[in-house]
Amino acid sequence: MSLNTQLIRSLKAPARPVWEEAPSRAGLSAKSGFLVLCCLGVLAPLWIVIVTSLSPKPVIDRAGGLVVLPQGITFVNYTELLSGGQVSRAILVSLGVTLVGTVFSMAVSVLAAYGLSRPGSLGHRFLLMALMATMFFGAGLIPTYLLVQSLGLTDTYLSLILPSAVSVFNILVLRGFFMGISPELTESARIDGAGDLRILLTIIMPLSRAVLAVISLFYAVGYWSAWFNASIYLTDQDMMPLQNVLIQLVQKNTATPTGLQQAVRTGELSTLGLQMAVMVLALIPVAVASPLVQRHFKKGMLTGAVKG
Amino acid sequence: MSLTAGSRPDGTRPAAAVEEPTAALVPEAAPQKGAAHKVPWRVRLRRDRALILMTLPAIGLLVLFNYIPLLGNVVAFQDYDPYASSNGITAIFHSPWLGVEQFSRMVDDPLFWSAVKNTIVLFLLQLVLFFPIPIALALLINSVIRPRVRAVAQAIMYLPHFFSWVLVVTVFQQVFGGAGIIAQTLEDHGWSGFDLMTNADLFKFLVTAQSVWKDAGWGIIVFLAALAAVSTDLYEAAAMDGAGRWRRMWHVTLPALRPVIALLLVLRVGDALSVGFEQFLLQRDAVGVGASEVLDTYVWNMGIQNGDFSYAAAVGLVKGAIGVCLVLAANKFAHLLGEQGVYKK
Repeated sequence: MSLNTQLIRSLKAPARPVWEEAPSRAGLSAKSGFLVLCCLGVLAPLWIVIVTSLSPKPVIDRAGGLVVLPQGITFVNYTELLSGGQVSRAILVSLGVTLVGTVFSMAVSVLAAYGLSRPGSLGHRFLLMALMATMFFGAGLIPTYLLVQSLGLTDTYLSLILPSAVSVFNILVLRGFFMGISPELTESARIDGAGDLRILLTIIMPLSRAVLAVISLFYAVGYWSAWFNASIYLTDQDMMPLQNVLIQLVQKNTATPTGLQQAVRTGELSTLGLQMAVMVLALIPVAVASPLVQRHFKKGMLTGAVKG
Repeated sequence: MSLTAGSRPDGTRPAAAVEEPTAALVPEAAPQKGAAHKVPWRVRLRRDRALILMTLPAIGLLVLFNYIPLLGNVVAFQDYDPYASSNGITAIFHSPWLGVEQFSRMVDDPLFWSAVKNTIVLFLLQLVLFFPIPIALALLINSVIRPRVRAVAQAIMYLPHFFSWVLVVTVFQQVFGGAGIIAQTLEDHGWSGFDLMTNADLFKFLVTAQSVWKDAGWGIIVFLAALAAVSTDLYEAAAMDGAGRWRRMWHVTLPALRPVIALLLVLRVGDALSVGFEQFLLQRDAVGVGASEVLDTYVWNMGIQNGDFSYAAAVGLVKGAIGVCLVLAANKFAHLLGEQGVYKK
């Protein structure tokens, strides 16, 4: 079967139920028009940012700023940004915090979710309440700030991880999923002499890959996107993660990453092109990761939730 | 972000209660509870030791970063001086007590009331302009039959949810800012001076548009799940009885969405005083304090910027207390309407 017929088959709509009237031509085109418009609303601004970041300086100058239609492509902005200096360092910081933070958060959350997955165990109700109560009140910014400060976490990367390491929501989703796994599986393992940790690692986790992927994505995106904690707990500019550098370079328009001023002054590089490249670097990881996990989102968001 | 416990920058909090308190508390009432009490606790401790140990790291972190700071709110009743002792926490024991003076200061503070006003206006605006959009989009996506088209449209609409607020604000800057694509195009045609990002009057609409761009697509997911659960028999029966497309939507689809809508409304109202903290903090310099000061940013400004910790903690405490009351009240209201709300009656 040729690729073409495969494609056509996959694009063909499944049969419409007999009782449903065929849509009118006007209705159909209005609907698809609106859908296309929504998608363009998301993609068009990203397109402009990406194209500008890839445009050579003369094209940017001729366009008078942002470039809509690509005329020539260059990766010079990216190679400059990634060859050391402020932005390279910030990317490494962000990647490191995201990686370490996600692994730590997942370990804590998976353990807690399994620990709370057997109603009737000793202290179950109390521990669950202690966990869920924190969803209804916030400790408040000021006391948290004072605590982090007196723990000596300021100006360390731990201040970007520990205060926001546990998301009760994520634990509850994992727990709901673990509880849905048939108890016969775990019971037979227990009879064979497996302890709880072993059951978790060899039975529960392999069966929960989808939800683990979604929750990891949630944690990773949280760490990658965070900037506020860095802005209040870090003072050393060299320690700042990518989002904070993005604020300085693009939003506050302090223009040029340190180390590249020379190239901009001599007219080799365009400030705008560099700024747009920083934005693209900040959005690439999430734009790549989230569609990969998309088909599991529903599972991750709603295990056992909205049953209609 | 450490602002409110459990609420994360990626905004996953709302769905939390969609899912849990109603769903997962159910097994608790199971008969084994009675049976469990017959087993002596020593035996249960030996049996469940591993489970308890596994829960401890998470509980420990929550105690450290949620429960202990809760006690730290006592600084709201003090004239807290961080330098009264070598350590910020022990300084609490060396700071003088003021009683409710910080709170009476708040009542007389026009800046506080302006932050309250901004918060309420923005909450109402977001409720009216944001809330219906995911519902409409979900109905639209749901009516697309082709799975491929559906998946692509969903992937595109979910995408901005995973962008950081920094990125969303800078993207908006490239479109609506003074050097943005619209301003640039207008300038080519002789109109200069277009800049939405610094317009204080339109700021509330701008931030609402940013919220819609970022999260309206993601909001679809809950409604799509509810729509998928509606039995097609209902539609077929309605069609047999002569109901057209719109009547079926009104009499079958929307009633099916009712519990979800009620639940999300309760959550939204319960969270009313936390309107997009990061958004406002990021755009504070561009648009000015008058338009962008909300309660959360006011706490940040007074406490962390100005070092007036006691006063800021007092404002934060009032905000938190009202927040808890709002959750309870919204839930009560949902129960009165016969809906389930966040937790069961």
